Amino acid sequence: MRNTAIIFKRELRAYFSTPLAFVFIVIFLAITGAFAFYVGNFFERGRADLHAFFVYHPWLYLLLVPAIAMRLWAEERKSGTIELLMTLPISTVEAVLGKYLAAWAFCAIALALTFPIWITVNMLGSPDNGVIGAGYLGSLVMAGAFLAIGSCISALTRNQVIAFVVAAAVCFLFTMSGLDLVLDFFRAWAPDTIVEAVRQMSFLTHFNAVMNGVIDLRDFVFFASLITLWLFINVVVVDLKKGT
Amino acid sequence: MPGSRTEERELVSALIALEDLTKHFGPIRAVDGVSMSVAKGEVLGFLGPNGAGKSTTMKMVAGFLTPTAGRAWVAGIDVVADPVGAKRQLGYLPEGAPSYGDMTARGFLEFIAAVRGFDGSERGHRVDEVVEKVAIADVLHQPIDTLSKGYKRRVGLAQALVHDPEVLIMDEPTDGLDPNQKHQVRTLIQDMAADKAVIISTHILEEVEAVCSRAVVIARGRILADGTPADLLARSRLHNAVRVELEPDAIVAAREALSGIMGVEAVEEMDGVNGARALRVVPKDGRSIAVDVGAMLSTKGIATHDMYTEKGALDEVFRQITTAPVDEVAADA
Repeated sequence: MRNTAIIFKRELRAYFSTPLAFVFIVIFLAITGAFAFYVGNFFERGRADLHAFFVYHPWLYLLLVPAIAMRLWAEERKSGTIELLMTLPISTVEAVLGKYLAAWAFCAIALALTFPIWITVNMLGSPDNGVIGAGYLGSLVMAGAFLAIGSCISALTRNQVIAFVVAAAVCFLFTMSGLDLVLDFFRAWAPDTIVEAVRQMSFLTHFNAVMNGVIDLRDFVFFASLITLWLFINVVVVDLKKGT
Repeated sequence: MPGSRTEERELVSALIALEDLTKHFGPIRAVDGVSMSVAKGEVLGFLGPNGAGKSTTMKMVAGFLTPTAGRAWVAGIDVVADPVGAKRQLGYLPEGAPSYGDMTARGFLEFIAAVRGFDGSERGHRVDEVVEKVAIADVLHQPIDTLSKGYKRRVGLAQALVHDPEVLIMDEPTDGLDPNQKHQVRTLIQDMAADKAVIISTHILEEVEAVCSRAVVIARGRILADGTPADLLARSRLHNAVRVELEPDAIVAAREALSGIMGVEAVEEMDGVNGARALRVVPKDGRSIAVDVGAMLSTKGIATHDMYTEKGALDEVFRQITTAPVDEVAADA
């Protein structure tokens, strides 16, 4: 735990020692705002909730989270610092967790900085802040799931562009798997149980439930197990690929 | 195969011990059954051409690569069975001295010291100490990316020394340093050597003569020679050869006279200093012939400008060992 905390601190500080954090947060805030007000018709809806804000998060994360995740391991391998990191007295699990949690904390900071929209909606009406809280929580957990996928894929390559593109594609599959676009592909040949299993993998289905204020433990179990699985693969991949 | 219990105990009690260490990358045998041990106080120079398996061997001992076969111990701890425990005892400088470029030198060393288990004032104290040792105080607050190659290398060195490890493994520690910095790093290594076991890899042969108490030559993944630098030098064809500088017109007579000495293998003619000519008298089996050469020349009344005994050239020995067919050298060693 101690080592995870040390890695976590180093990584989180690293985001803010370069323009990366600034650029990312500004763009994230600009896009979430633009989507909520212009595409989501925040005002025209005339309802005191943040549905117009949260509904675009899966699509934003599709691009932005792989952008954070791509450097996690690919950069270490490219610059050779992985040899330094993995010859320090820490375990691979501690390193993977520390880096992952730092990236997740960074996402949390970006997400927290959208608080003006929460203030706005509270000034305009009296929204159900429980639902909004659920929306933030769901959004954060979903970002964590995207991030776990991205972190794992980042360990597979030393090329950050490849890590980004592949992670975005995999995240896209997980997001879309509840829609006919993906399901039809499986319906053509797979039995109903498999089609249903694929549908259950959809981030959208699970996120929409949470976003609407329905806090079902199963949705969180889904994201938690997905994160655990991808991070487990991440550890295995780091151990296998670190020397190549 | 060192199988007996006593031998195994000896291996484990050495600070660094390798037993039949092997690493295959697909069909390539990068390291092919390397066994050796390094005791406290030894500085072992690991020599070999590029791609010989030096770095791969070091990476296995440092716990970065998992051996295909064989075992390695650091301070008696098996690096495969207890990797974190072994890494605790070890200071390791990877090839190229990688570090996190966006951190300042101070921040980076504080991070390493934290991972090494130092907290509070002890951490600051450790970092101060090592900063002084490698002389990087004046760049401490600059991002590592902005440092010159020499400073970067020394930050890497500091990183390996922060916890004052008993076992130190450094992959090309002086690569990219200027002659002054090289000298500084070598002095540093020598000063620390007494209570540590040190392995450095290098292909600078003068470095081996300057700092190492022992040299191991490796090529194609196998150990081809293991001895003190002097032992290695003694393998040189030119070991104990005598170089004589003469007037050009004395060459023929001198050559004839010197060829007649017992134990002389060959007499070679070469250019001397300031238009003089020189002869190199090469002995059979490296025996000492300087006295005989001197006596012969004075008997014949041949005047010499200068005369001295050669120690042999390490780079020549290196070439000789590493380019010979493997079977021949293995039988020789």
